[in-house]
Amino acid sequence: MIKMTETQASVPTTPKKRSIWLEVFRRMSKNKMAMFGLAIIIILVLTAVFADVIAPYEEVAIKQNLAQRLQGPSAKHWLGTDEFGRDIFARLVHGARVSLKVGIVAVGISILIGGTLGAVAGYYGGKIDNVIMRAMDIFLAIPSILLAIAIVSALGPSLFNLMLAIGISSVPSYARIVRASVLSLRDQEFIEAARAIGASDFRIVTKHIVPNALAPVIVQGTLGVAGAILSTAGLSFIGLGIQPPAPEWGSMLSGGRAYLRYAWHVTTFPGLLIMITILALNLLGDGLRDALDPKLKQ
Amino acid sequence: MHKYVFRRLLMLIPVLLGVTFIVFSIMYMTPGDPAQMILGEKAPAEAVERLREEMGLNDPFLMQYGRFVKNAMMGKFGRSYTTNREVFAEIFSRFPATLQLASLGVLIAVAIGIPVGIISATKQYSLFDSISMIAALIGVSMPNFWQGLMLILLFSVYLGWLPSGGYGGFANFILPALTLGTSSAAIITRMTRSSMLEVIRQDYIRTARAKGVNEKTVVNKHALKNALIPVITVVGLQFGYLLGGAVLTETVFSWPGVGRLLVDAIKQKDTPMVQATVVFIAVTFSFVNLGVDILYAFVDPRIKSQYK
Repeated sequence: MIKMTETQASVPTTPKKRSIWLEVFRRMSKNKMAMFGLAIIIILVLTAVFADVIAPYEEVAIKQNLAQRLQGPSAKHWLGTDEFGRDIFARLVHGARVSLKVGIVAVGISILIGGTLGAVAGYYGGKIDNVIMRAMDIFLAIPSILLAIAIVSALGPSLFNLMLAIGISSVPSYARIVRASVLSLRDQEFIEAARAIGASDFRIVTKHIVPNALAPVIVQGTLGVAGAILSTAGLSFIGLGIQPPAPEWGSMLSGGRAYLRYAWHVTTFPGLLIMITILALNLLGDGLRDALDPKLKQ
Repeated sequence: MHKYVFRRLLMLIPVLLGVTFIVFSIMYMTPGDPAQMILGEKAPAEAVERLREEMGLNDPFLMQYGRFVKNAMMGKFGRSYTTNREVFAEIFSRFPATLQLASLGVLIAVAIGIPVGIISATKQYSLFDSISMIAALIGVSMPNFWQGLMLILLFSVYLGWLPSGGYGGFANFILPALTLGTSSAAIITRMTRSSMLEVIRQDYIRTARAKGVNEKTVVNKHALKNALIPVITVVGLQFGYLLGGAVLTETVFSWPGVGRLLVDAIKQKDTPMVQATVVFIAVTFSFVNLGVDILYAFVDPRIKSQYK
C-alpha cells in the first residue's frame, strides 16, 4: 500500500519493509514452540556451514576403517560407527549439508517455477489461467513422491537431478497458492493506480504483486523444505538419491538396515535427526503462519 | 447429482491423458536402449536395430505416445523386460496386498485420529490435548520408513513378538499397517481437532448450549456432523496416498505390493513395468479423489443442492 508512488518506490520502501518483517518476528517470538524450532534450525545451519571444522570430510566421514565397524556409541565415537567403520556423528554433520542444500534448492525450484506459473495464471486469467491450472491438476494426480521417483529414475540419480525431481514434483502446490494470492490482489486499487500511471505488466507483477503475495509462499516454503528433506531421505533409502559414499541421512539409514539386528544405532540416529529437523521446520512453519496471519493481528 | 458424477467422470479423461503423457515423456527421456536391454550387452548391432524397428522405437515421439495410449486403454502395457509377463497381470496380482494394507492402515488411522481429535478439541489446552498434539506433531515429522524400522527393532528384534516382514498371516500385517496407520492418524488428528474447534465457535453451537442441550448432544449431534466434513477429504486423500505412496513402507517390510513392484522395476530398468505402475497408481489415486469428492457432495447439503 505504501508503494503507490511508483517513481520513488525503491527509496522509501526499504526501511518500511524491514519493519514489517521485524513485526512478524516480534509476533513470532512470543510463540515458544516456533522459537524452539528456529533455534534447532539455526544450530543445523551452523553445523552444515562449519561441518569441516567439526569433522574433516575425507578422513572421518568418508574413509573406511573396517577394524572399527559397527561399534556402539562411545567416548571416541559419540554415536558409534557404521558398517564401514566410519564415525556416524561426523557423517550426520556432513549429511546436514546435503539435506539442507537439497531442501532449500528444491523448494527454490518449486517456488520459481510454480510461482511464475501461478502468477501468470492469476494475473492474466482466462484461457492462460485455464491451461496452466489444468496442467497443474494433471501433476497433482500423481502422488508427488511417485513423480519424484519417476523423474530421478529417468534422469539418473545425482544431487542435481534429485533437487530437480523433488522441486518439480511440488510445483503445483506453489502455483495454486500464488495464483490465489494474485487473484485477490489483482483488482485492488493500488494495482489499478500502478497501471494508470503506465507501469508495465512485468513491473506490476514483480514490484507490486509478488511482494504482497509472499507471506503464504514463505509459510509453504518452510514446510516444503521439511517435505523435500523427507523425500530426499526416502529416495536415498531406496537407492535413488545421493549415492554412497557421500553422507546422506536417508542412505545412512538404508545402509544400516541390514545390520538392524547387531547395531541398532546405525539406523536409529540418522532417523532421529531427520525427525528432529522436520519437527523444527514444522514448528517454524506453523509459527510463521500464525505470525503472518492478518486475522490474528491485534 | 447424477449430472455432477457424470461431469466429474468426464473431467477425469483429460487428466488421465495428461498423466499418461507425463509418464510416457519421463520414460522416453530415460537413457539406455530398451532393445539393447532385452537382447543383452553383447547382441549384434543389426539384431538390436531390427528389434528397435519391430518395437516401433524408431518412430517419432508423438506416434509412439499415440500407440502407448491406444494400448494402455486396452490394458496393454507390454511385457516386463525381466520376467516377460504381461505387466498389467503382474500389477493386478500385486494389488490385493497393497489394498489390504492400505485399508487396514486407514482403519487404524481413523480409529485413532478422529476420537483423539474430537477429545483434544473439546478439551482444548488440557493435558490430554497437549500430549496428543505433541504426539501428532512427532507423527507427521517421522519418516515413515524409519518408523517402520524402529518398530521392527522393537517388536521383532528385541521382543521377538512379530515377524519383521513378508506377507502371510495376520501377524505380518500388524507392523506395516501400524507404520502407515499412525502417520496418517497424526494428520487426521490435527485436521479433526482444528475443524472441530472451528465448528464449536459457531453461533448455532452457542444457541444449542444456550437452550440447554447437554454437552454430549452438542458435541455428538450438532458439532460433529459439520466438523467431520473436511475430515472426510483428508481420510480419502490419505487412503489414496497409502494406495500409491506406500512405496517406502512396502520396501521396508518386503511387502509384495504395487509399491515394491515399482521400486524393483526401477532398479532393473524395466521401463514397461515402471510406466504401467505409475499410470496405475495415478489412476487409482484419481479415482479415490473422485470418490471422495462425490461423497463430499453427498454429506454436505450445501454442495448437494447445487447439483439437484
